Amino acid sequence: MSIAVSVRQITKRFGNVQALDGICLEIGEGEFFGLLGPNGAGKTTLISCLAGLVRSDSGEIRVMGFDVQGNYRQARRQLGVVPQELVFDPFFTVRETLRIQSGYFGLRRNDDWIDEILENLGLAPKAETNMRRLSGGMKRRVLVAQALVHKPPVIVLDEPTAGVDVELRQGLWQFIQRLNDEGHTVILTTHYLEEAEALCGRIAMLKQGRVVALDSTRDLLERFSAYQLGLRVDAADRLPEAVMRRVLPGEGYLNFQLGGLDEVEPLLAAIRESGCPIKDMRLTTTDLEDVFVEIMRGQDIEKAVRTR
Amino acid sequence: MSGFRTLLYKEVLRFWKVGFQTVAAPMLTSLLYLMIFAHVLESRVEINDLPYTAFLVPGLIMMSVLQNAFANSSSSLIQAKVTGSIIFVLLPPISYGEFFLAYVGAAMLRGAMVGLGVLAVTTGFAPLQFAAPPWILAFALIGGGIMGSLGMIAGIWADKFDQLAAFQNFLILPLTMLSGVFFSIHSLSPFWQRASHLNPVFYLIDGFRYGFFGVSDVSPFVSLAVSSVFLLAVGAGTLTLLRKGYKLRY
Repeated sequence: MSIAVSVRQITKRFGNVQALDGICLEIGEGEFFGLLGPNGAGKTTLISCLAGLVRSDSGEIRVMGFDVQGNYRQARRQLGVVPQELVFDPFFTVRETLRIQSGYFGLRRNDDWIDEILENLGLAPKAETNMRRLSGGMKRRVLVAQALVHKPPVIVLDEPTAGVDVELRQGLWQFIQRLNDEGHTVILTTHYLEEAEALCGRIAMLKQGRVVALDSTRDLLERFSAYQLGLRVDAADRLPEAVMRRVLPGEGYLNFQLGGLDEVEPLLAAIRESGCPIKDMRLTTTDLEDVFVEIMRGQDIEKAVRTR
Repeated sequence: MSGFRTLLYKEVLRFWKVGFQTVAAPMLTSLLYLMIFAHVLESRVEINDLPYTAFLVPGLIMMSVLQNAFANSSSSLIQAKVTGSIIFVLLPPISYGEFFLAYVGAAMLRGAMVGLGVLAVTTGFAPLQFAAPPWILAFALIGGGIMGSLGMIAGIWADKFDQLAAFQNFLILPLTMLSGVFFSIHSLSPFWQRASHLNPVFYLIDGFRYGFFGVSDVSPFVSLAVSSVFLLAVGAGTLTLLRKGYKLRY
């Protein structure tokens, strides 16, 4: 797999804040890559360095082989960026906005593709409407459309679904997924971890300007995989001491942390033997949110860091 | 150069869409200046053997060109910065040279349109001659270029609208008002005459007026040289800011 984006030892300091502290990443062509981290972790700064909006203090970033500073014109042609802020130019209609954006990239007759984007993002009825008159969700769609006018091989979405209703979110993901299927590399930052889990093949987690986890979504989930068995029982006081010691703190259900499914039966057998009837039972698995919380707590950084 | 062409088109479309405010309003302002000053001074003042109104009209035209060229690039940039829409021109592969030419080009165009508008609405008030039209064109273009470029510097430097207003009110407005639009600097005391010679806008107004009447306070060649050097200096300064990404790319 050839490399779409390579980030090498990027550092950036704003005053006293070390926003990026030696970030290294490689994102392959055609990947759907997630960039996660709490607020202030450096996600947007990293994306801004990638897009040439912020100049890194040291290190090198290449997009499709082009250095974002030394060969910025080529690098920027390869990139479509959907910014986090809901920005718009109030002077123009949706279509004018997209035509102007096309022109910046040297595309003068781009109406066929513009129409296709408008259609796919549900913007066609608003094509001649002034940007000022659009709702927040519609403005967000135009931002996505603007990032796509030049059919960039690499699409960067910085929190694209913040404040967006469910219907648009699903429509947007279908469209982005289709672009990814067609070979576009997609880089996503989001606070909705279930979105990242569902969409991203690989994930980097950032904390205080450093990569603290970098792995495929599946491996991350597996590495932290754990099951939690929740039970409601009658006469819990009859449970043997060995079982009670394993109960996790909490109200309602008696929750047990399990390393694997093979631990379920021995536990249930021990409870049955004590003559304690089970009234209700639930089994939950680790999701990306658990992994995220675990990593951000910093308890497992050494285990999580794995450079590829 | 397609980035330049589109950016220029966008900048022109931007002011044209609000033309009532960006073109018609300054025409009205100039007309009001003319009516008031002509009413008060026409029968009492003659400058360089010209009726006062005839002397005033070229100055008003040039002042409109300068102020509107400055207003165009500065307001466009500060608005884009404050609203965040500047990102749309920072993300594409537009070089800083194209960026400069597009913003200054649009500023010059707006200045020229307002200037022509002021010429049109004031034409009945004074008998204008067009003694040397190339000088008129040259100084209008150079003046628009200087102010469009200064507007870019102000728009890039300012973080808030009030900072831009301060730049405009405390620098641009005094420089244009005290440049000989309303009077000949020969009517000033020797000290203020010397001070006026340090004001680059004086040379723009004086050279521009020479194009109409063939008379001026200083030689039009001197004015052309001074104005050209100032344009080069301001242009180089603006290009340096853009190349470094000052307050645009962090």
